[in-house]
Amino acid sequence: MVDDPAGAAGARSAVTGADIARVFRAEHGRAVSVLIRTLGDIDLAEDAVQDAFAVAVERWPREGMPPSPAGWIITTARRRAIDRLRRESTREARHEEALVVHAPPEPREEGPVKDERLRLVFTCCHPALSPEARVALTLRLLGGLTTPEIAHAFLVPEATMAQRIVRAKKKIRDNGIPYRVPRDADLPGRLAAVLAVIYLVFNEGHTASSGDELGRPDLALEAIRLGRVLVELMPDEPEAMGLLALMLLTEARRPARTDAAGELVLLPDQDRSRWDAAMVAEGHDLVRRCLRRGAPGPYQLQAAVNAVHTDATRAADTDWAQIVQLYDHLLRVAPTDVVRLNRVVAVAELDGPQAALSDLRRLGLEGYTPFHVVRAELLGRVGRWTDSSAEWSRAADLTGNAPEARHLRARAAHASERAAARQ
Amino acid sequence: MKTYLISLFSPDGPPPEDLDLSRVMADLEVVNADIRAAGAWVFAGGLGDQASATTIRKPDAVADAVLTDGPFAEAKEHLGGFTIVRCDDYDAVLGWAERIAGATGLPVEVRPFVDHDDPGQQPTDR
Repeated sequence: MVDDPAGAAGARSAVTGADIARVFRAEHGRAVSVLIRTLGDIDLAEDAVQDAFAVAVERWPREGMPPSPAGWIITTARRRAIDRLRRESTREARHEEALVVHAPPEPREEGPVKDERLRLVFTCCHPALSPEARVALTLRLLGGLTTPEIAHAFLVPEATMAQRIVRAKKKIRDNGIPYRVPRDADLPGRLAAVLAVIYLVFNEGHTASSGDELGRPDLALEAIRLGRVLVELMPDEPEAMGLLALMLLTEARRPARTDAAGELVLLPDQDRSRWDAAMVAEGHDLVRRCLRRGAPGPYQLQAAVNAVHTDATRAADTDWAQIVQLYDHLLRVAPTDVVRLNRVVAVAELDGPQAALSDLRRLGLEGYTPFHVVRAELLGRVGRWTDSSAEWSRAADLTGNAPEARHLRARAAHASERAAARQ
Repeated sequence: MKTYLISLFSPDGPPPEDLDLSRVMADLEVVNADIRAAGAWVFAGGLGDQASATTIRKPDAVADAVLTDGPFAEAKEHLGGFTIVRCDDYDAVLGWAERIAGATGLPVEVRPFVDHDDPGQQPTDR
């Protein structure tokens, strides 16, 4: 690749397959959403955008990248789609199919829609679709990931993922799942579903549910990219901002989460100088901005907890009292045992392991890996090493993530040694 | 315009004693009134219990029909009633289905009819 951004000739020859792939990923959601609106059908829109990129692959390296790649793709795709429809216009069924996605002919009074992608998000994350289907459709249509990429990211066979996507599109078509932003009354619930999909993608990227790698950085970064799109599309939704902040503050710690050998390093033991300072700064800024809105929801509060963690230059400097307070607040909006478990961890730092252990007894989280991790850690702190070792082993048995399992087994072995040493 | 079947699944046996049936029917009528007001009403009704069912098998045109006393499939829950609506807003249909579920406390299923322009699906005016 010739690195000569100043010269036109240089720019021309600089258009590579990788450049086009980047444009594809960045602009796919915008292009498909505009085309769905025009054509009223997801498959037609996707095909048209694919066609347009095929033309781009042929022409851009020769003619250079157009000034507005997205605009070029949309115009080309629209032309291609019209050609395609003309060719197939005798096929009545196909034409009818094209009218089935319920796109209102003109923007309705559902609030100003600046960007077609917003409709797409809500269609992809419609509650009538299974969570797996929502994730797959969002990554595929909005994120511009290919089916093999999504299949690979979730470690399922390509055929399975392809079938999942086909089924989801068929359900959208058969039921006429609407292509629009929900009414105000439905918005909070529907937005929660959208945020959950993005957070699900992020979590799979952060700690993969199975496999040899601790996480899949590309998937976590993809979730952050989608989170940014959502904040751009819905700048007045503090929870969207909260989710982005939460993801950034979590992702910022990735470089310190594993050691040179790829083994897991827990938060208190992490080398904090290895945290991504830019992500931390952006996350903190977002937390301040969203909390100023005075409508703290679960994502904002979790982001705030992470802001407190990332505020401490040493683990010992962590403001645990503030963290317990934030969890108390979180329990009021999201009273779940998982939140209570997180609170227990903070209580252990503030009031000691004995108090935390008694809190733990009230939780019904048997079989949930983090529950056993916390119990194992607390039992070790009160010197019950035999019990602690059993809990570490239990946690190791439960996780499907290889680096995490190795870490947990090492902890179990260490606790066993301590138990033996005491006898 | 699409047509949807909203099915209601009832447990077998008599309704629980603490069930205020007149209250349930009144709540359902509020939903029905809203469906009518939206111009989506086609038909609704409750079905007799599983014991009232007769299953008929006739593998081809010439074979003798075999009638069996009872439902096609025995299950703990059966199709207890349904509402058919015609509407171009799937979310509105889901909203009515949610309210029917809330009024009855029973699980509810929404399904689209295939081929939305089938003239056979046009409601008959009487």
